[in-house]
Amino acid sequence: MSTLVPLPVVLPLVGAALTLLLGGRPQAQRAVSVGCLSASLVVATVLLVQAYRQGPLVAQIGGWPAPVGIVLVADQLAALMLVVSSAVILCVLLYSIGQGQAETGESTPVAIFHPTYLVLTAGVCNAFLAGDLFNLFVGFEMLLAASFVLITLNGTRLRIRTGSTYVMVNILASMIFLISVGLVYAATGTLNLAQLAARLDALPDGVRLSLQLILLVAFGIKAAVFPLSAWLPDSYPTAPAPVTAVFAGLLTKVGVYAIIRTQTLLFPGQQADELLLVAAGLTMLVGILGAVAQSDIKRLLSFTLVSHIGYMIFGVGLSTAAGLVGAIFYVVHHITIQTTLFLIAGLVEQRTGSTDLRRLGGLARMAPMVGVLFFVSAMNLAGIPPFSGFLGKLGLLRAGVAVGGPLPWTLVAVGTATSLLTLYVASRVWNIAFWRSPCESRPSTPPLPALMVGATVALVVVGVGLTVVAGPLFEYTGQAATDLIERTPYVRAVLPGGAS
Amino acid sequence: MSAGANLVSFVTIGVLVGCGVTLLLERSLSRILLGVVLIGNGVNLLIVFGGRSGEAPVVGISDEAAMSDALPQAMVLTAIVITFGLTAFLLAISYRSWYLNGDDEVPDDLEDQEIVRRAARREVSATDLATEPAADDPEQIDAPAPPRGEGRE
Repeated sequence: MSTLVPLPVVLPLVGAALTLLLGGRPQAQRAVSVGCLSASLVVATVLLVQAYRQGPLVAQIGGWPAPVGIVLVADQLAALMLVVSSAVILCVLLYSIGQGQAETGESTPVAIFHPTYLVLTAGVCNAFLAGDLFNLFVGFEMLLAASFVLITLNGTRLRIRTGSTYVMVNILASMIFLISVGLVYAATGTLNLAQLAARLDALPDGVRLSLQLILLVAFGIKAAVFPLSAWLPDSYPTAPAPVTAVFAGLLTKVGVYAIIRTQTLLFPGQQADELLLVAAGLTMLVGILGAVAQSDIKRLLSFTLVSHIGYMIFGVGLSTAAGLVGAIFYVVHHITIQTTLFLIAGLVEQRTGSTDLRRLGGLARMAPMVGVLFFVSAMNLAGIPPFSGFLGKLGLLRAGVAVGGPLPWTLVAVGTATSLLTLYVASRVWNIAFWRSPCESRPSTPPLPALMVGATVALVVVGVGLTVVAGPLFEYTGQAATDLIERTPYVRAVLPGGAS
Repeated sequence: MSAGANLVSFVTIGVLVGCGVTLLLERSLSRILLGVVLIGNGVNLLIVFGGRSGEAPVVGISDEAAMSDALPQAMVLTAIVITFGLTAFLLAISYRSWYLNGDDEVPDDLEDQEIVRRAARREVSATDLATEPAADDPEQIDAPAPPRGEGRE
């Protein structure tokens, strides 16, 4: 079974090479991309089932045993993230294919898009599976390098302007990550996560805390945690809709995943909890207040994205099993829903040529299907029962109440307020863009391509489906969280001979 | 054999990273690029000094106890390749920026500037009321939004 573990990384990379060779033949490119991503979704699902039944699956790359060689580990958390991200990535690919057909080769240079997109996928999967800190860094670099290309696609003036901010901030974050890798190695003599789990405990408290904080800063920039979040709403909105959607859904969550992984496995103490909780509260509030002030749907969604990262950090900062369960469930929910919302913004843009609220109106009559999709997804994001957003927030708030104390209670209040403000923001978009009477008569635009709408519908269905499977999903995340806090299942799977 | 990590090496790292950070704070992309290169080199040195120094780590050539740690060197090679690729990409971006704008400065966020301006004039966005049709919206007439989207150079 462990031979399957590298496949989510290898398949997209092979696909990237093939699509690069097939540069002049868009049909073949599409077939290869869809084939690769479908296959890796199947593999990820198998891994999920196996990890649930047998515990963490470990692949030793090159046959070298764990502390020496590179290991890829698919434990329950990693497998769950793989399944969700593969599904989302596949849907967004179909959406972009639909959009490409609509534009008939006008703007997106397909020859670059498919290989880069597949490399991005490989990087995301590598980051989820990485069993050592340096491989995690390599995964981050793969997805970042691909994202640099995607965010500056076509090299237009606007994208170069916003892209340069994005590139700079992320390179800086990578440098900080690299510094922490160097320092961790100098302090412990290993980078294998399982071995680090044992060796970091032996370090003096001050050294361990400073390593923890440097790593938190690096991942905090990538996850867009306030005050390290200002780059995100500036750079995401200008990219093409599918690119923004997949960035919003996945890239920040890779940062959150890295925070969850390092906080539980490497730094199980509670030294950084208060810092995390304060950062989580500020992220929620500042993000959502930013969203209130926006008049462009894509920018507004970028701010809600930042704001809701706060919920996940809140769950991590509680450092209880219930908090982690809530955080993991919320990551799954938020990957799906935030991607969906950006895809819907893309549909609006395709239909009207703009996502500026000052120019939109009457969409509910003009495109009722888009209206329904937006309404369901926005209510899901705001956390209206019975959607998964409500369940995720409820789980987090209950975990906060269970911990008690002034800071968790404040966070519970902030979380509730953020949820209400998200509802306000969502209904504002609904009222202006969809409900008010339309602006001047527009030239009739062609109907939306079926594939674009179909891919969006599929993601909305997945988002709503999370409510249906919420029971089993909570049970699964519960087991994943217990394993994360115990640490022994992970360590024993990687180092059967015991860590030293 | 070198003495491994010593004060001089750490001062070198500090100077490299410090100069890099100073350059990063500039507005011009080509200076930022130089800053990235300096920081990258500083961090790579840091990683190298994180391992034990000694003789070449080849079995049969040097004594095992006196070998240097090969792992940081392997990591540095990877890091150098990654920094090299990123530098090339940054160069391309700054050239493209110069080609399009005549300079390679990184300006502020346009929408942020607009929001600050509106806040300074204490304007209430008419869109927030959402009662009137967009055609009667004063913002539509007074201040048409800057063209968003792409391909309009």
